[in-house]
Amino acid sequence: MADMSLKKTPVAEQDPKVRARNFDEVTLGYTAEQAMQEAERCLNCKNRPCMQGCPVGVRIPEFIEKVREGDFAAAYDIIKSTNSLPAVCGRVCPQENQCEGKCVRGIKGEPVGIGRLERFCADYMADKQVQTEKPEPNGHKAAVIGAGPSGLTCAGDLAKLGYDVTVFEAFHTAGGVLSYGIPEFRLPKAIVAAEVENLKKAGVKIMTDMVIGKVFSIDELYDKGYEAVFIGSGAGLPRFMGIEGETLVGVYSANEYLTRINLMKAYKDDHPTPIKNSRSVAVVGGGNVAMDAARSAMRLGAEHVYIVYRRSMEELPARREEVNHAVEEGVEFLTLRNPKAVIGDDEGRVRALECIEMKLGEPDESGRRKPEAVEGSEFELECDTVIMALGTSPNPMLRATTPGLDTDRRGCLVVDENEMTTKDGVFAGGDAVTGAATVILAMGAGKKAAQSIDAYIKGKE
Amino acid sequence: MFRIVRKERLNQAVVLFEIEAPFIAAKARAGQFVIVRANEQGERVPFTIADYDAERGTITIIIQVIGGTTMELDRLGVGDCIKDVAGPLGVATEYGDAKRVAVVGGGVGCAIAYPQAKELTKLGAEVDMIAGFRNKDIIILENEMRAVSKELHICTDDGSYGTKGFVTDKLEELFNLGKKFDLVIAIGPVIMMKFICAVTKKYGIKTIVSLNPIMIDGTGMCGCCRVTVGGKVRYACVEGPDFDGHQVDFDELIRRNGAYKEHEKDHVCRLTGGVRNG
Repeated sequence: MADMSLKKTPVAEQDPKVRARNFDEVTLGYTAEQAMQEAERCLNCKNRPCMQGCPVGVRIPEFIEKVREGDFAAAYDIIKSTNSLPAVCGRVCPQENQCEGKCVRGIKGEPVGIGRLERFCADYMADKQVQTEKPEPNGHKAAVIGAGPSGLTCAGDLAKLGYDVTVFEAFHTAGGVLSYGIPEFRLPKAIVAAEVENLKKAGVKIMTDMVIGKVFSIDELYDKGYEAVFIGSGAGLPRFMGIEGETLVGVYSANEYLTRINLMKAYKDDHPTPIKNSRSVAVVGGGNVAMDAARSAMRLGAEHVYIVYRRSMEELPARREEVNHAVEEGVEFLTLRNPKAVIGDDEGRVRALECIEMKLGEPDESGRRKPEAVEGSEFELECDTVIMALGTSPNPMLRATTPGLDTDRRGCLVVDENEMTTKDGVFAGGDAVTGAATVILAMGAGKKAAQSIDAYIKGKE
Repeated sequence: MFRIVRKERLNQAVVLFEIEAPFIAAKARAGQFVIVRANEQGERVPFTIADYDAERGTITIIIQVIGGTTMELDRLGVGDCIKDVAGPLGVATEYGDAKRVAVVGGGVGCAIAYPQAKELTKLGAEVDMIAGFRNKDIIILENEMRAVSKELHICTDDGSYGTKGFVTDKLEELFNLGKKFDLVIAIGPVIMMKFICAVTKKYGIKTIVSLNPIMIDGTGMCGCCRVTVGGKVRYACVEGPDFDGHQVDFDELIRRNGAYKEHEKDHVCRLTGGVRNG
């Protein structure tokens, strides 16, 4: 009989007051006992609704069964057979919208802590020698552009099928958003590096410092013998508001702010990349990236960190868990406020953010109540740093240098149901196709593209 | 890893590195840049490509040793490797159908003004170069510049060599002598480019400047390098680094390039290592 308690087995977290000033991981993960206890809550349903919620098709009840038995290595193998990055997914997937959102236990009470269990298995195996089988080479070559979640997943799956896969990464480090975007305190970079190392052991080649579109065009990759190409170049281009003062010193895009911290490690003394020593920070936006930027600013020692968001707390697009963590850590939420201008001092540095109060009117086409400015309610929010976390658009570099690659009006690559672009043999997935979305959706697309690439190449034989 | 095959000290503080980077060398064109990371902890710093040789598979960068990254690089010698070199980034210089061109370089900026003159001469344009330095001791690439220009005018601030005075004065003098140019290319400290543009605007001559904002990724991802050109925000890394000098907000660029001055004071100015900060 399953454990019928309505709550998930609690997981330890760093104390909010302490963690708000360090970059160590917030959530500490299950012990073996806790994991086995949580595994008891799984009903092992016949129709496996949780699996329908998983874009990479992890056989969830099967791995949980193994956790319940205490056979963690077997559990890990089951996860790993369909998911190339389990330690990552266990930490950053929005499980409430994916597997856990479909869990029967969630109808009355909390769903099974699938994410926590996945993380536990990956962490348990992290220091164990994992035997990686290298499959028989099938004699075919495929290229992957971008070593982010979609590219790594696609490459991992192709390698499993025996392909000779090379991933071309523009940065000096693989990982994409896992390395430059998601902060250390949510996803330690050593874990990303270990997952990348696992892929290399499985035969994936990774070439860093390779800006495709500049150093090679996609057509040149074909000349080099690659038979298919997957584009997972992400949604690189940060958006600004187009208001006055956005080029003042102290205005960052969230991408820049987070890249300085996560990829370049500006918070560490032995890394020379600088970052502003801020006293008071206004983060504009209400998504997960805004929460990451705000919580990072807190850890760098700011006295005040504000989230400025034009709708109310209910409409915040960030995950509830991220919002709660930010609140616990002392981030101040200025909802129903919208920036009008960034105000500078005589030296061109940020002095304040001029905002206006908003109220919610009738629902708009998205179904959310439309924020409207309250006339005459302008005020100045004193701050020395403004971080724009307003989303990103796909990087135009590849489409500008690749004839035949169609994009939609937002600049996103157009793909068919098999993730193939309008250029024969070129596939794409992740944010380059969808615009800014989640790690797991990008991984799902990479997985599907790997199957399509396999079918495409085999179909030509 | 990118092996150094040649290292030459051009003056006390300016060093040339020829680096094995065959993929970049095959694609590079005048005006483009690379992002360099000296070592595992290093920051990402842009350097304009000073020369490239597809056959040898090498590119050349010329750096002024004034900050942390450039000091790290200067510690490396022939046979050593630079951790990361990514490129060629940015848009290559577009000369249009310019036939008579004045190329103006300031300080270490001459290191990338020179390849522009070389490229233009190769394309059949007639090139005059004006090269400015603080004094005689820090003059670089004199013979090379002379070889690719019809006339080379060297100016020094203190008059210890060539003409005493600024490059702006020399350019204005050439205009007054009735010299006709259909394009001016100015590369050097931001303040120099600003004043050159003030002169050429008066004479209505198109002027290309190569901007040197702070960058991180160099591929349009972070927006750190945004500059205001013609009232619009542009990303120097993907839309530049060349822009129409008459449209650039140079004062803003100077302010933005000073964003980490305090940080530099703490940690041996490790930020401004670009070739173009002469």
